[in-house]
Amino acid sequence: MSFVQNFPFFSIIIAMFSGIVSSVLPGKKARNLSLAAIGLTGVMSAAVLGFCLKTGESYTYMMGHFPAPWGNEIRAGVLEGLTALLFEIVMFLSVIGGLKYTAADVEESKQNLFYIMIDLMLSSLLALVYTNDLFTAYVFVEINTIAGCGLIMIRQKGRSLSSAIRYMILSQLGSGLFLIGLSLLYDVTGHLLMSPAKEAVALIEASGSYEVPMLVITAVVSVGLGIKSGLYPFHYWIPDTYGYATPAASAILSGLVSKGYIFLLIKIFYRVLGRENVVASHIVNVLFVFGIVGMIMGSLHAIAEKDTRRMIAYSSVAQIGYIYMGIGLGTQAGMVAAVFHIFTHSATKALLFISAVGLYEASGNKKDYLSLRGAGYRNPLAGIGFGIGALSMVGFPMLAGFISKLLFATSALQSPHKMFLTLIALAVSTVLNAVYFLRLVITLYRPAVSPEGHEVLEHAGGTKSSWNLRLAVLCFLVLNVVLGMFSQPIVNAIGQGLMMFD
Amino acid sequence: MLQHMLLNMEETASVILFGIGFTILLLHQNLIKKIMGMNIMDTAVYLFLAAKGYINGRMVPIVTDGIQDVSAYINPVPSGLVLTGIVVSVSTTALMLALTIRLYERYGSLDLDQILIQVKEEERT
Repeated sequence: MSFVQNFPFFSIIIAMFSGIVSSVLPGKKARNLSLAAIGLTGVMSAAVLGFCLKTGESYTYMMGHFPAPWGNEIRAGVLEGLTALLFEIVMFLSVIGGLKYTAADVEESKQNLFYIMIDLMLSSLLALVYTNDLFTAYVFVEINTIAGCGLIMIRQKGRSLSSAIRYMILSQLGSGLFLIGLSLLYDVTGHLLMSPAKEAVALIEASGSYEVPMLVITAVVSVGLGIKSGLYPFHYWIPDTYGYATPAASAILSGLVSKGYIFLLIKIFYRVLGRENVVASHIVNVLFVFGIVGMIMGSLHAIAEKDTRRMIAYSSVAQIGYIYMGIGLGTQAGMVAAVFHIFTHSATKALLFISAVGLYEASGNKKDYLSLRGAGYRNPLAGIGFGIGALSMVGFPMLAGFISKLLFATSALQSPHKMFLTLIALAVSTVLNAVYFLRLVITLYRPAVSPEGHEVLEHAGGTKSSWNLRLAVLCFLVLNVVLGMFSQPIVNAIGQGLMMFD
Repeated sequence: MLQHMLLNMEETASVILFGIGFTILLLHQNLIKKIMGMNIMDTAVYLFLAAKGYINGRMVPIVTDGIQDVSAYINPVPSGLVLTGIVVSVSTTALMLALTIRLYERYGSLDLDQILIQVKEEERT
C-alpha cells in the first residue's frame, strides 16, 4: 500500500484536530492553524488525485480492524480527489478574502470559535466526499449542519440569529428524512457500507421484491438531501443565510456546504441505489422538474431583489436548480454536467461574494445595489472580479459558466423526452440571469451620483482593499478562467471518476 | 393491510411518530414545540432501528456469562446506530435550545412569526 493512500484519512483527522486544538488558542493563532490545515489538506487531496489518475483506479481504505462488510471505510478515486481539492481551494481563498471582515464582524473573544467552525466544516466536507459508509455520512452531515449554523450565528445580529434558526429547522427536516431513509435501507439490505449495500440492492431489484420500500428510500433520501442543499421549494432559508453572514461565511456556505450534500446524493445514486434503478424509479424526474422551476423562480426572485448580496444568494437558488436539472436528466452526461456545475458554482459564487465586499467598501457599505454606482471605478480589481463572476454565471464564453451550460445543453440532446424542456429552461434562465447580473455590472460602471444630483466620475485610486482581499479575488479569477479555458481535462477526469463509482 | 400493520406494530408506530414529529417541526410556530417535534422525529427513527435489530427471545449483545455463540444475541449494529444517533440529536437539540434562548432574550417571544416580524422592523429603523 502506498503512503499516499493514507491521505484522505489524514486530511479528515487533521481538519478535525485543528478544530479541537483551536478551542484553546487565541484568535490569531487559530486563524493561522486553520489556514495551514486547509492548505495542507489541499496538498494531500492533490496528491490523492495524482495517485488515482496515475493508477487509473479507486481504492478503499479500511478504518479500524474490521474488514469490508462490517467495518468502516473511506474510498478515494479521481472524482473524490478533484472535488476535495476544489473545495479546499475555494475554502482557503474565501477565508483569506474575508479575513478583515471576520475580524470586524466577530467579537474579539470569539475569533477562535469562528475558525473552529471553519475547521469542522472542512473536516465534514472532506468526510462527505471521501466516506464509503452511509451512517458515517449521516454523522458528518449533522456536523456540517452544526458548523454551518455556527458560521451564520457568529455574527451577533438579530437577522443572522433568526436566519440561523430557520436554517437549523429546515436542515433538521432534511436530516430527519435522510436518517429514516438510511434506516429503511439498512433494514432492507442489511448493510451500511456502500459497496455491499449496492450488491444487496442489485439482488433485490433482480428478484423484483421490495418495490415500494426501495421507491420510498430513493424518494426520502433525495428529498432529504434536496432540502438540505436548498432545492427550490425549500430554498427560503438561502437568501437570509447567505445575505447576512460575514463574507467569508457567506462564500463558504453558498459555495461549498450545499455542494457537499449534492455530492453525497450523487455518490449514493451511483454507489448504493444504482443509477439505472434511480432512473427507473422516476424520482429523477421529480428532481428534474424542481430543478427547472428553481432555475426560473430563483432568477425571478433575484430580479425583484434590491439588496446586492440577497440578489447573489437568490442566484444560488437558480444555480442549485441547474445542478438538480443535470442530475434529473439521469444520463451519465447529465451527471458530468451537474458535477462540473458544482465546481463552476463553487468557484464563481465565492468570487462574487468576496468581490462584492470590495465594492461595498468603496461605496460606504450600503446594501442597496443602486448605491454601488461607479464602484467599479473606485475599486477596479473588485469591479473586474465581480464583472467576470457575473459574466461567468450568465455563461460568457471562455469562462467556467459557459462550459457548464454547454455541457447541460449537449447532455440534454441525449435524453429525447427532456430535451426541449431543458433547452428552453436553459435559454430562459440565461436571459433572466443576464437581466440581473448585467444590471449589476452596468450599475458598477455608471458614474456615481453626488448628493446634489450631479454625476461624478471617480477614477482609479479611490479605495484600495486589503492585500488579502485582492489576492483572493485574483486567485478566484484565475480559477474561473482555468475552469473555463482548460475544461476538457477536468471534464474527462469527472467522467473517469464517475465511471469509478460503478 | 391492517394485518401487516399489527404484525409490525413497532414499525407502524415509529412511522406515525416520525410523521407527527416532522409535521410539528415544519408547521408549528412555537420554537420550543418545534424542538420537541424534532426530538419526537429522531426518537421515532431510534424506535424503528431498535425494533429492526431485535430478534425475539435473544439477549442484549453484551458478553457476560461467557456465551460466545452469535445466535444467542440480537443484532448489535442497530443499537450502535441508535447510540450514535442519540449523541447527534442531543447536540443539535442543545444548539437549537441555545439559539432559542438567544432569540427569546432579544425579542421576548418564542413565536417564529413574531420574531421575524420584529427582526424586519429592527432592520428598517
